[in-house]
Amino acid sequence: MITFMNNSDSEEEPCNERTSLMSAESPPVPSYQDGLQASEAGEAQAHRKRRTGSSRSPNNVADGQGSDSGVPVRERALENEEEELTLKYGAKHVIMLFVPVTLCMIVVVATIKSVRFYTEKNGQLIYTPFSEDTPSVGQRLLNSVLNTIIMISVIVVMTVFLVLLYKYRCYKFIHGWLILSSLMLLFLFTYIYLGEVLKTYNVAMDYPTLFLIIWNFGAVGMICIHWKGPLQLQQAYLIMISALMALVFIKYLPEWSAWVILGAISIYDLMAVLCPKGPLRMLVETAQERNEPIFPALIYSSAMIWTVGMAKSDAAARAASRQTWDAAEDGGENRRSPSHADSQMPGTRNSDPARPITSAEELEEEERGVKLGLGDFIFYSVLVGKAAATASGDWNTTLACFVAILIGLCLTLLLLAVFKKALPALPISITFGLVFYFSTDNLVRPFMDTLAFHQLYI
Amino acid sequence: ALGLFLFTIARDPLRIIILIAGAFFWLVSLLLSSLIWFIAVKASDPRDERLQKGLLIFGVMFSVLLQEAFRFLYYKLLRKAIEGLVALSEDGCSPISIQRPDGVPVLAVAGVGFGLMSGAFSMINLLADALGPGTVGIHGDSQLYFLTSAFMTMVLIFLHTFWGILFFHGCEHRRWWEIVAVVIMHLAVSGSTFCNPLYVGSLVPSYLLMAAAAAWAYLLSGGSAQNLRRFLLCK
Repeated sequence: MITFMNNSDSEEEPCNERTSLMSAESPPVPSYQDGLQASEAGEAQAHRKRRTGSSRSPNNVADGQGSDSGVPVRERALENEEEELTLKYGAKHVIMLFVPVTLCMIVVVATIKSVRFYTEKNGQLIYTPFSEDTPSVGQRLLNSVLNTIIMISVIVVMTVFLVLLYKYRCYKFIHGWLILSSLMLLFLFTYIYLGEVLKTYNVAMDYPTLFLIIWNFGAVGMICIHWKGPLQLQQAYLIMISALMALVFIKYLPEWSAWVILGAISIYDLMAVLCPKGPLRMLVETAQERNEPIFPALIYSSAMIWTVGMAKSDAAARAASRQTWDAAEDGGENRRSPSHADSQMPGTRNSDPARPITSAEELEEEERGVKLGLGDFIFYSVLVGKAAATASGDWNTTLACFVAILIGLCLTLLLLAVFKKALPALPISITFGLVFYFSTDNLVRPFMDTLAFHQLYI
Repeated sequence: ALGLFLFTIARDPLRIIILIAGAFFWLVSLLLSSLIWFIAVKASDPRDERLQKGLLIFGVMFSVLLQEAFRFLYYKLLRKAIEGLVALSEDGCSPISIQRPDGVPVLAVAGVGFGLMSGAFSMINLLADALGPGTVGIHGDSQLYFLTSAFMTMVLIFLHTFWGILFFHGCEHRRWWEIVAVVIMHLAVSGSTFCNPLYVGSLVPSYLLMAAAAAWAYLLSGGSAQNLRRFLLCK
């Protein structure tokens, strides 16, 4: 703590030194920053709670040891400057994930509440063959458990298949599969969605116009997701397809099966990412070995926005130094230039297409951005959407689940900062969400209804 | 409240996190209090009107106490977090502390988190129903139901914000009487709503209390009468 405070007092020198460092010698600096960033990615959330002196003191201790020569001194100043920057923008990482998750949920909830189609029961997917229309509770429970088992095994099989394909470098097959599935999502599901929305609002539309709209939407989407495109447009498309997928799940999964599936999939996520032989963990490790981006799985990346935002942002005291740094870092193009700090970690090429049957639920933090698997988006939205659809038309439950999921996401990001490796994003949020859903629906609702009836306020 | 949110909170990502965390804590307190009430109701006779009303009142009071307890817990959590925070705000590498005037927005945000959740829970169902057809107060209830609900919710959100500031300030300086005052005020406001639909009994005291709390919080944050005058005259 003390070391840190001293360095923070002499802030001007680090800024100047750093600027000069950047302009003078770029090759050595990135490699140094590699090690720095890797350790400081952890610092990103270290300030949040509970990690007060412990995580930062090792850094400072390491600095203190090299305080003989001039270069380590400069490095220490550099590192603390780094730390402060990462601390400052640690909160931004969380917000960068809050915003898309919130947007996705808003889209799903808005659709559920307005379009009747998605709450009607028109049959089930083949993945959940057992019906829940049985009269007895036990039978219904059994059916939902069986449905869950089938669904989860389908997901496991697909994931393992994908990992095997990746391991044996059948890239063409994977690409083809992903392109096909994103085609289906972008065109077919959007067509159905648009059709239902237009039906709900009783808007007349002719087929040529519809064809034009859907064609444009789909084509731009394919280009954005699989190739290059503006970051925000790509993010918007990823959010939209997550929402579409979530809507499909909400419509076609029977009631109890949906809840049991949500629970089971968070357990599966936990195991798949953390167990040494888990498929997702193997996927991450293989990608890291080969120094490739975690490939065409569904990943939402928020990285670029952050660097761009930094370059544009504030005119605070250290803005000058930071901007110089950013300008050097941005390297003129949208991708992070490989010379910078990034070769160790999987890159951030945002050409990640979609996959309908999702299992790529991993959460990875890079030093300048956070990545969240689209599967996570989908299941968060499924939870909130189901809450909106089935909680007796109650907005309180929806709101409660929303807050619960966001807090779970916060905690997961915090853990990410501590552990610094890929973590499952589902378990904590889904647990909170489920707990809050059931408790709000059964306990809080009668209470609030009675209060509102008498117009009492607590 | 939305304006409050947009102007003070949306600028800084950390504040949004504090807001959501505050909302979460309020939610948990609500959950526990409704659990207690639910158990009490189930354990009692559903046909006895007076007993039910009494239970409801008990539930409300208990909920108020729980909310304040959770506010305290939240304060402790924030303290721990702030101890770990060294460089947070963009004013340089200065620690954000509750004593400094810059720390007050943090507390205000926490209070707003609470207040927003409380207000949202009170209002949203009402709003959703308001979109549908119907006449207000057709069964002999007051016709001003929606209007008064809106005002009451607004005053409650503001009150929570001010209470947040007062409460945290009291905890910081170990002035127990401030904390007790907040709790009593909360109880008073909730209790005053028991007079509904005699709205005079509930709205007027609530607004008075809010003005008092606002002035108190303002003074605590370092404002003064001169500041106010200068601000108003745009000097």
